[in-house]
Amino acid sequence: MRVTLFIPCFVDLMFPSVGISMVKILERLGHQIHCPENITCCGQPAFNSGYWEESRDVAVKVLDALTDSEVVVIASGSCGAMLKVFYSELFAGTEYAQAAKLLAAKCYEFSDFLVTKLGVTDLGARFPAKVTFHDGCHGLRELGNKRPARDLLAKVRDLELVEMRDAEVCCGFGGTFAAKFPMISTAMGEVKCASALETGADYIVSNDSSCLMHVQGLLSRQGSEVKTIHLAEILAQS
Amino acid sequence: MTEKEKILGRIREALTVPVRLAGAHHGETAIRGAVETPRPTSPTLVGRGVPTAPVTDPPNANAYSSSRARAWLPVVGESFDARLSLFKKNSIELKAAFHVLNDRHELATSLCSLRDEEKWKKIGFHSGELTNEAVHALNLPSCRTDQSCNVADLESCDAGITECDALVAQTGSVLVTARSAGGRALSVLPPHHVVLARREELIADLPEAFALLKTKYGANYPSFISFITGPSRTGDIERILVLGAHGPKKLTIFLL
Amino acid sequence: MKAFAEQFKQRAWRVTRDLRHREIIQTALRKYEVVRDKSKAAFQDWQAARQAASETKWEAINHLDKYLLEFVEKLEARGTKVHWASTAKQARDIIFGVIREKKARSIIKSKAMTSEEIHLNEALEEAGFDVVESDLGEFIVQLKKEAPYHIVFPAMHLTRGEISELFARELGSAPTDNPEDLTMIARRVLRRKYITADIGLTGANFAIAETGMISITENEGNARLTAALPKTLISLLGIEKVLPRLEDLALFLPMLATAGTGQPLTCYNSLYGGPRQPGETDGPEEYHVVLLDNRRTELLADAEQRDALHCIRCGACLNVCPIFRNVGGHTYGTTYSGPIGSVITPHLRELQDWKHLSYASSLCGACTETCPVKIDLHHHLLQNRRNAAKQKPSALEKFAFKLFGFLVNHPAAYAFTKGAGRLAQKLHPLVKGTRLDPAYSWTKTRDLPPIAKQTFREYWKSRNTR
Repeated sequence: MRVTLFIPCFVDLMFPSVGISMVKILERLGHQIHCPENITCCGQPAFNSGYWEESRDVAVKVLDALTDSEVVVIASGSCGAMLKVFYSELFAGTEYAQAAKLLAAKCYEFSDFLVTKLGVTDLGARFPAKVTFHDGCHGLRELGNKRPARDLLAKVRDLELVEMRDAEVCCGFGGTFAAKFPMISTAMGEVKCASALETGADYIVSNDSSCLMHVQGLLSRQGSEVKTIHLAEILAQS
Repeated sequence: MTEKEKILGRIREALTVPVRLAGAHHGETAIRGAVETPRPTSPTLVGRGVPTAPVTDPPNANAYSSSRARAWLPVVGESFDARLSLFKKNSIELKAAFHVLNDRHELATSLCSLRDEEKWKKIGFHSGELTNEAVHALNLPSCRTDQSCNVADLESCDAGITECDALVAQTGSVLVTARSAGGRALSVLPPHHVVLARREELIADLPEAFALLKTKYGANYPSFISFITGPSRTGDIERILVLGAHGPKKLTIFLL
Repeated sequence: MKAFAEQFKQRAWRVTRDLRHREIIQTALRKYEVVRDKSKAAFQDWQAARQAASETKWEAINHLDKYLLEFVEKLEARGTKVHWASTAKQARDIIFGVIREKKARSIIKSKAMTSEEIHLNEALEEAGFDVVESDLGEFIVQLKKEAPYHIVFPAMHLTRGEISELFARELGSAPTDNPEDLTMIARRVLRRKYITADIGLTGANFAIAETGMISITENEGNARLTAALPKTLISLLGIEKVLPRLEDLALFLPMLATAGTGQPLTCYNSLYGGPRQPGETDGPEEYHVVLLDNRRTELLADAEQRDALHCIRCGACLNVCPIFRNVGGHTYGTTYSGPIGSVITPHLRELQDWKHLSYASSLCGACTETCPVKIDLHHHLLQNRRNAAKQKPSALEKFAFKLFGFLVNHPAAYAFTKGAGRLAQKLHPLVKGTRLDPAYSWTKTRDLPPIAKQTFREYWKSRNTR
């Protein structure tokens, strides 16, 4: 099928390999990828800050660009939640309410798309390492995705998955929260890093690059050897 | 206008604004490991001042009854034996002493052993078929709450002996009221609470307990009803369990 | 105003760096989680129970006038004096009125967050009355002259050593490391108070409309003693505590216990329906119930957030909130802290003064997930943010978002910014981690990832032009 891949701004600028991995995987599965040129932000920063009008200005472009898409795969849990769940709130009572509903119905976060929509868990990947998984909050609670990532990791050859204590506890990124309340954000991140380090894993994996960015930022500052990696990057390896 | 009228007025005014149904939001639970399909999108939010249909009751509002609650509350077996073993199990966990006795004679001997073990000097009680017998068997100075027992008197008792309305298997609770257990203080002020219960008082669960209260007292409720679930406790210091915080440190239940 | 927000941030800075505090709270809450999960698992269907609880509260709140009237009618029929207070001051005046009328001097209290809300203790102490908190945790923080740390576990932040020191100092007791000994010290002190107090004051967990009774959930027995011994009893409760029927408690009592403390049921769950009735052998001669509004009716009028009134004050949302765990209960500066506190304080006090609490959240949703009555907590935080921004937009933020919107919507501007970013990155090491660093709030504690040598867009473009 023709899959529209939505690559949010931070993935574009700082974690392009995540997007590239997703393209690789989907093409290997025989799908045609379409990346809309002119959209890059889902509008969440303004939405989360309470400036819904400014958010709509950005989000409406996304709605327009994705109108004709058959299916939309989003490269992040938090942006996925924005499109799939929050657009309905953002556009409630406006002329775009219906469009938001239609978009929601055809949106998937990447791991969810593979497992739920395509019914695929084995991508022939190989990643010989010990890893632990962090459940990004938006993907977990707004989208209800817990199993897909684990089903996919289970099929990766030579990979050992160790669950960390409090895998579902927020890493502390939270978007603008990280900048507005850096002390709380950092404390939460430190707790998350400690949970992950306890497992002895070499890598911390997640579905959300924003979480990984935050955790990696702390690990680097701590001088830790542990690395962060996106689920898609693991799945693309063979 | 009285404050009552003002408050009620504000409530009525507020309720002219409709809201969507209970629990109907998308931010629901990520059920551990069980979710495979993406969550449905949220229903359209009702924003401030955006009118929709008037307030209607959720479909099950009046149909909800405690018998429905049985479907979700912890399971209790059907038989007396099942109830008994569940109550036993709960008592152990709650650190309440629970003894099943065969007859009144056993009751007398058990009480006397307890008296000697605990070194009771004075006991509080209320008049009742079982309690009167118990007090007679114990042969100690006593204080009867339905007679002339004041607080200072009761405070000096080592144990309070009461009957009850029911034992609730589901939770290991003793159901008492001001009428069945000699007032409000008898079962909570002395450091040891002793309950004398009858076999037919052992009921299954909380829904049954509330139904019982209605049947027994519906026409004229006592001013005090309580579910006592184990001896008094606190976790306020470092979440460490300590028994006997203010209420009785010991709870002993005899089932006849 | 900015003052509360600044205070919050300052406290947050201090507490989040206090690793000892972090350890204490984490240990306590881990213990809670273990027992909570065990109790939840005993339910046949916890999720269905949540839905039913949510619907029952919906029924109660959306017919509040009807159920309140029924509650009051039944109470009054058996001799209770019911008072209605629109404001905190009115509630205090009513209570003072009763105290003065009875010529009372000593008051013993069981746990009542509503009494914290109306700042009753300070007022009583100022007026020269002897008021003692009987709940062990509350007793401890009262001695320490601190506010309760948590709505269910008031002294959760203190170690046994600190409590021992406190008791030694304030009560003259011998120092001890043993929690049981410490508890017995408090028990002895409070025993005298129960027996001699003129007035007992309680809160309420639920107000049963059908039978005109209040329901009190506790473990220690201090509420039972408070409601049994003094001659005059006062119960203070918010109008939202209403439940329609007696049998609703069959669901709510276990859910409150499970969510609140992780117990299947707490030690004492008692119902009070009036003063001593004819034929009863003890109990207060006079019973007063004070119903408090204090802007709850305003929250009621908010169509989006009315369900915040469903709250049963279990504290579960505090327990799971990563913000609460890291900043602690005192940082908030409010009566109700944690997620529910952040949601309702802007309504009970002022939005602009307290909006920062709604921003001090990563919106992780753990609160909404755990709430036994399914309040849409984290989405209410979002709504508070929107309402605050609408009411008083920050010109700077508005501009920033407009600018951001422009950049992301216009490829040329986006590309330009990217270029500027790459350049700025080269210069960044010069200011990184210092006050000159524009990304200081991030880089103070974390490293920032570089802009990739080839962004995804650039890769995609190069791919397609091949």
